[in-house]
Amino acid sequence: MHTGDQHTSADSQTPPLGGRGVTLFEKIWHKHIVKTIDDGPSVLYIDRHFIHEVTSPQAFTGLNKRGIRVFRPKQVVATADHNVPTINQHLPIKEELGRLQVAALKTNCKEHDIELYSLGHKYQGIVHVIGPELGITQPGMTIVCGDSHTSTHGAFGAIAFGIGTSEVEMVFATQCLLQSKPKLMRIRVEGQLNPGVVSKDIVLYILSKITASGATGYAVEFAGSAIRALSMEARMTICNMSIEMGARCGLIAPDETTFHYIHGRPFAPQGEDWDKKLAAWRSLFSDDDAQFDKEISIHAGEIEPMITYGTNPGMGIGISQNIPTTETIHENDRSGLCKSLAYMELQQGAAILGQKIDYVFIGSCTNSRIEDLRMVAEFVKGKRKADDVEVWIVPGSKQVEAQAIEEGIDQIFREAGFNLRQPGCSACLGMNEDKIPAGKYCISTSNRNFEGRQGAGARTLLASPLTAAAAAITGVVTDVRTLLN
Amino acid sequence: MKALTTIKSRFVPINIENIDTDQIIPARFLKATTKDGFGENLFRDWRYEQDDETKPKADFPLNQSQFSGEILVAGKNFGCGSSREHAAWSLLDYGFRVVVSSFFADIFKNNALNNGILPVQVSDEFLQKIFACDHQTELVIDLKKQTITISGSQNPPLGGGGAGGASFEINTYKKTCLLHGYDDIDYLLSITEEIKQFERIEN
Ligand code: SF4
Repeated sequence: MHTGDQHTSADSQTPPLGGRGVTLFEKIWHKHIVKTIDDGPSVLYIDRHFIHEVTSPQAFTGLNKRGIRVFRPKQVVATADHNVPTINQHLPIKEELGRLQVAALKTNCKEHDIELYSLGHKYQGIVHVIGPELGITQPGMTIVCGDSHTSTHGAFGAIAFGIGTSEVEMVFATQCLLQSKPKLMRIRVEGQLNPGVVSKDIVLYILSKITASGATGYAVEFAGSAIRALSMEARMTICNMSIEMGARCGLIAPDETTFHYIHGRPFAPQGEDWDKKLAAWRSLFSDDDAQFDKEISIHAGEIEPMITYGTNPGMGIGISQNIPTTETIHENDRSGLCKSLAYMELQQGAAILGQKIDYVFIGSCTNSRIEDLRMVAEFVKGKRKADDVEVWIVPGSKQVEAQAIEEGIDQIFREAGFNLRQPGCSACLGMNEDKIPAGKYCISTSNRNFEGRQGAGARTLLASPLTAAAAAITGVVTDVRTLLN
Repeated sequence: MKALTTIKSRFVPINIENIDTDQIIPARFLKATTKDGFGENLFRDWRYEQDDETKPKADFPLNQSQFSGEILVAGKNFGCGSSREHAAWSLLDYGFRVVVSSFFADIFKNNALNNGILPVQVSDEFLQKIFACDHQTELVIDLKKQTITISGSQNPPLGGGGAGGASFEINTYKKTCLLHGYDDIDYLLSITEEIKQFERIEN
C-alpha cells in the first residue's frame, strides 16, 4: 500500500474552479446546495430519507411540539429492523419497550403519510438492504438516515451518510441539512483478488491499514479495477464499512453493473424517465484530472482472508498472521491493544487460526444480501456444522428470505445445521432478543466488534461470510482457502 | 438548546482511546421514545459489574468521588461508531457540557453541537497534560475566545509553569449558534421559501 497527500488549495466551501476536473462527490454535492452560509456550512438538499424505529421517535416528537408536519413525506421511507425478533415475527414483540417503539413508528408514519414497511410487509428488512433492493437508492442522490451505515447506499454513486436524531427532525421539517463539505479521499484497489478473498476482506484490509479513524473528515471514493469487478452487493459491503474508518461517506462511481442492478426494481425509473435518468447517471464519475486531498492505492493480490482480533474494526489481520504484540505496534496504541486483548481474552503474538468459536452470525447490513447467502450456501453444501457451534443466518430482508427459499438455499442451510432466521438487524447490535452471551466468541459478518456490541461481554471477530462459514464447519477460526476445492 | 459561553469546572478523565457510542450508551438502552433519563445509563457497561448491574466498578472514573464537573476529558477518536444521538443525550443528562479530546468522530461532533455540548479538540500533548493534572484542577473553556486553560492545579503539569492553555477550532456558524442557544432547525425553517424555490429549479 502507498499513500500520498496532495494538498489542494481549493477552499472546501467553494465550487471547483474552471480548469480542474471535478470529483464524483463534488458533482453530486454542488447539485444539491440550496445556499451556503458565509463562513459557515451549506444548506444541502436531501433526496431520500430512510427512517427506522430507534432513531426517529424523538424527531417526530420534536415536530409535533412545533406543530409542523413532515415537509416532503413522499421522500421518506420507513422500516422496522433494529428491535424486531428474528423468529415468530407473526407474534407480538415480547419485549415491551421494543414493541412500543415499533408501534410508535407505525403511528407516526400514519400521522405523517410516510410509507412504512414494518413487520408483516413483504418489503420489510434492514433499512440499508431494502433501499437498494427496491430501487429507491439511485445514483446522484443525496440520501440520509438516522443510522451510521447509511454509507452503504454510496455504492450506487450517491452521497449517503448517517445523521443524528436532531438532524432527522431537520430533514423531516425542511428536507435539508446544514453540512460542511468534507475533504476528499480516493482509495484505489487494483488487480485481481485471490481465491477465498471477497469484498469484506478488502474493506477489513483497508481498515487494518488506515485505522478506525483514518478517514474521519473525508468522503471516500473507492475506485480501481478490483472495485469495478465487484457486484453491487459486494460494493455495498465496502461502502457500508466506510463509516468504520470514520468517513463521512463512501462512494463508488456508477457503471453498467449499477444500472443493470437498478433496472426493473419496484421504484426504479421506467420508460422515458429511465432513459433520461440513465443519461444523467452516465456523467457521474471523477474526471481524469480531478484532485483528491488524499490518495491511497492497494494491490488486490496482497489481501488474504481477514479477521479482527480486537475491539474496533481497524484491529484486523490476515487470517494466517499472529495477533500483534506491544513491541510491534506504535507506542500510542499499546494501552489500547492491551485493553482490547484483555476484553477478548486473546494473547499477544498468538495465532488467530484455531481460536475456538461458539457462535457464527451471518447477517447485518454488511453481509445479508442474496449474494452473501448464495456464497455461504455454495460453500457449505454437503457439509455439516461443528457440534458445539450455534450458527445464525439472518437474511437482510423479506425479499432476500423469499429468494433464498425459492432457490432452495434454505434447504442447504437446514442440512448443514444452520438456523435460518427472519429478517432484521439481529445479533449485529445486542438490542433485540438475539444476543451473544457474555464471554462467548462469535465470528460475525457484521461491521462492529466493539465491547458489548453483540451483547454485554460478547466477543466478536469480524470476517467475511466465507470465513464465517468455514468456522461454522470446523468450530474454530479456519483459513477458508484450505477448504476450497 | 441551552447557550454556552464559558465553563469553569473540574473534569472527569477517561483516558481511553476510540471510545465508541456503544460504550457511551449500549444499544439495549435505546428503546425510549423521549430524550430524557439517559444519564443513568451513561457508560453503563464500564460503570457497573457485569454479573451485578447494581454494583459500581470502583476503578471507573464516574464512580470515583474525587472526580466531578461538567467537563469530560477522553482519549482520541471519541464518539466513533453508531450515529445514535442518545450518546449526546446521555452525556448532557449526566451533566456534561464539554468534552475534551484530541480527535472526535464526525457524527458525534454534530450531535453534540446540536445538543449544546461543546467538543473541544486539543493536541495530543495538551490532552496528556490535562490527564497529568490532579483532580482538583479546573479547566476554563471560553467559547468566545476559543481557548481552554488549565488553572488552579495543586500539582502543576511538568514544565507548564502552573498553568497551560490552548486554543481550539470551531466553525463560526456553530459558534454563534452555541453562544446564543440557536438550533439549526430554526434557521432551516426560516428559509423554507428558498428551499421550495430550489426544488422548482432542480425538478
Ligand atoms: S444491521 Fe447492524 S449496523 Fe446495520 S443497521 Fe442494523 S444494527 Fe445498524
